[in-house]
Amino acid sequence: MSTHRGHALRAFIVKEVRHILRDRQTLWILLLLPLAQVILFGFALRTDVNDVRVAFIAPAPDHASASLRARLAHNGRTRIVVDAASTDALEPLFRRGDLDVAVVVEPGLAERIGRGESAQILLIADAADPNTGTTMQNYATAVIAGWREDLLAERARTNGALPPPRIEMRARMRFNPTLESVNLFVPGLIALILTLVTTLMTAISLSREKERGSLEVLLVSPLRPWQVIAGKVLPYLALAGINVVTALLAAWLVFDVPFRGSVALLLAASAIFALAGLALGVLFAAVTSSQVAAMLAALGGTMLPNALLSGLIFPISSLPGWLQPVTNLIPARWFIVVARGIMLKGAGFAQLWEELLILTLMFIVLVVAAVRRFSVRLA
Amino acid sequence: MLRALRFLLRKEFLQIGRDRVILRMLIVMPMIQLVILANAATFEVKRARLFVVDHDRTPASRGVVNALTASGRFRLEAASASMAHADEALLSRDVDAIVVLPAGFARDLTRDRHAQLQLVLDAENGSAAGVTRFYVAEILGRHAASLAAKDVSVISADGGAGTSSGGAAAIEIRSRGWYNPALDYRHYMVPGILVQLITIVGTLMTALNIVREKEAGTLDQLNVTPVPRSAFIAAKLIPMWCIGLLELAAGMLIARTLFDVPVVGSPLVVFVAASVYLVAALGIGLWISTIVHTQQQALFVTFSIMLIYVLMSGLFTPVSGMPDWVQWIAQVNPMLHFLSLMRAVLLKGAGLMDVSKELAILGVTAAVVLTASVRQYRKGG
Repeated sequence: MSTHRGHALRAFIVKEVRHILRDRQTLWILLLLPLAQVILFGFALRTDVNDVRVAFIAPAPDHASASLRARLAHNGRTRIVVDAASTDALEPLFRRGDLDVAVVVEPGLAERIGRGESAQILLIADAADPNTGTTMQNYATAVIAGWREDLLAERARTNGALPPPRIEMRARMRFNPTLESVNLFVPGLIALILTLVTTLMTAISLSREKERGSLEVLLVSPLRPWQVIAGKVLPYLALAGINVVTALLAAWLVFDVPFRGSVALLLAASAIFALAGLALGVLFAAVTSSQVAAMLAALGGTMLPNALLSGLIFPISSLPGWLQPVTNLIPARWFIVVARGIMLKGAGFAQLWEELLILTLMFIVLVVAAVRRFSVRLA
Repeated sequence: MLRALRFLLRKEFLQIGRDRVILRMLIVMPMIQLVILANAATFEVKRARLFVVDHDRTPASRGVVNALTASGRFRLEAASASMAHADEALLSRDVDAIVVLPAGFARDLTRDRHAQLQLVLDAENGSAAGVTRFYVAEILGRHAASLAAKDVSVISADGGAGTSSGGAAAIEIRSRGWYNPALDYRHYMVPGILVQLITIVGTLMTALNIVREKEAGTLDQLNVTPVPRSAFIAAKLIPMWCIGLLELAAGMLIARTLFDVPVVGSPLVVFVAASVYLVAALGIGLWISTIVHTQQQALFVTFSIMLIYVLMSGLFTPVSGMPDWVQWIAQVNPMLHFLSLMRAVLLKGAGLMDVSKELAILGVTAAVVLTASVRQYRKGG
């Protein structure tokens, strides 16, 4: 009987694979769209800013303010879009979004510095979006601080005085020396694509069968319920595998993303994550009563949480304290740690076993919950 | 035409109203997500955990470490003379940054007036590493300035004027953030994420609604009736358009009461713009439904397009950081324009004239998308 069942399962999987292969349009969409996305987002997603638009406000320009203006105009990061004599000009520019930062220099800057008095430079940033606003403000501050340092050292030299003490910092960005955003985003993008191919696709294909009643037919066949479900979802695991491999190849060929650790471990982690995703899809299909509800739950329930609570864009450590434990429930959060660890840090099983264990446990819990829900429905 | 539209609309509203589960998912799910997710979108670095490797062990080197921890930005997690230990801690994510003070740090600082230290950051979180680097630079700059100020006091106490470092000419850089002085990211994120949720749900529902009729074969039946296609399409769009505006109103209420999001400009401008934007957004759902054949394909394509919408809307990562050709692609994204309009009106108090450019782009997008999908629909039908 068990060999008969095993045979039946194999035949059933073959049937499901044929079913997927026959629908060429869907297959092409499933294979090419994720690849196109990795490439597009690889270029598009950057957390750094390299074009800060500056308004330079100097009511009475002198040589000191001119040297500051030159600094702000000629460095790769900031450029001056407006010169004005008063801050009144700023409001409409900020409102229309034509300006990021304003640098306001008080009159008599050169004179004050010459007399050894303290002077002030005011930096006004558009903080409506604090994330980007702060970054831009930081860049502008760094440019002004560099100018200040050189100016004061220069002044000390001409006065024959001791130069001011300087503590220089040489920063080393471990694991991603050039701060390439794409290196950080590729693991997260793979997580998103895997979610799409596993959770969404299984949720919809199972709920369709449920809606049509064909699942009931299958459930009374000699196959056990879990075998029916496995037969339905396992072909998507293969598809997910192809997607991961093509995405990684694209990351490697197009973006030169490093692979410091074991590719085999990365693929194994992807497989566990994909299995958890499949189980989640089955669960969505089990708890919803229609295709539309399943899709709404799967798309609405996974896209933004996966993008926001996984560490893909925003570091988990930046989130409010109460929200950080919530992210532990998102499988993608653990997968991203593992994938980044392997790809960027060359971490191995010794450093990542906890995350892998958590993913495995999530998979088990989801599978048990999903199969239970389906069995209950049968009874 | 109008008569047909009235009947079709009645049918659509009845259909949506009847399915309580879907209705609840349409209204409640986005609101719950809004309340949770709006808290998640920040690059703020709270307190970086610091590993100190002090090879110098002088008051000067300890002074630097004190300056770092006293700033409140860093917490001293561990200290050791061994770089290997520090590296291991960084690899296993027990610390976020390592500060290495080389031997001779104090000597260099007094003799050459110029000393170096090394900062090693875990760049696994690129944005956090960038912010941390800036913090350290800022703290070191301030620390150096305070050392210079001490020089002056020491020297002037000796009576040796003129030898002080630059006559203490301090140039202070003060920063101010307009439109959001407290730098509360939620003021920007709540409206932004609200729009994303509404768009995802609305686009998906529109796409599915028509594909479902296609799959069931009822679309063919409708096509042979005297019902004009424009009436059919309008009847599909209008209910979701209403639900979208309703969700926006509810979400704005949450934003106002729960998150204290300021409403500086006129909410009316936002709703006028939203009604145009929703036509464009739902029109894309309509267009998806004309090019796909099954609900599965519709879901897949919607997911992919929504991902582009969401990730390239400038809400999470700045558009100005993208390569030029990607910025061009991003310009086609109606969400980008609607979000920038919303931000300008809500936070900066921009009026209709200030946002006329965005409004015009949204209008053109809506018209183009709608025309294209109606045409495509005719061909397909």
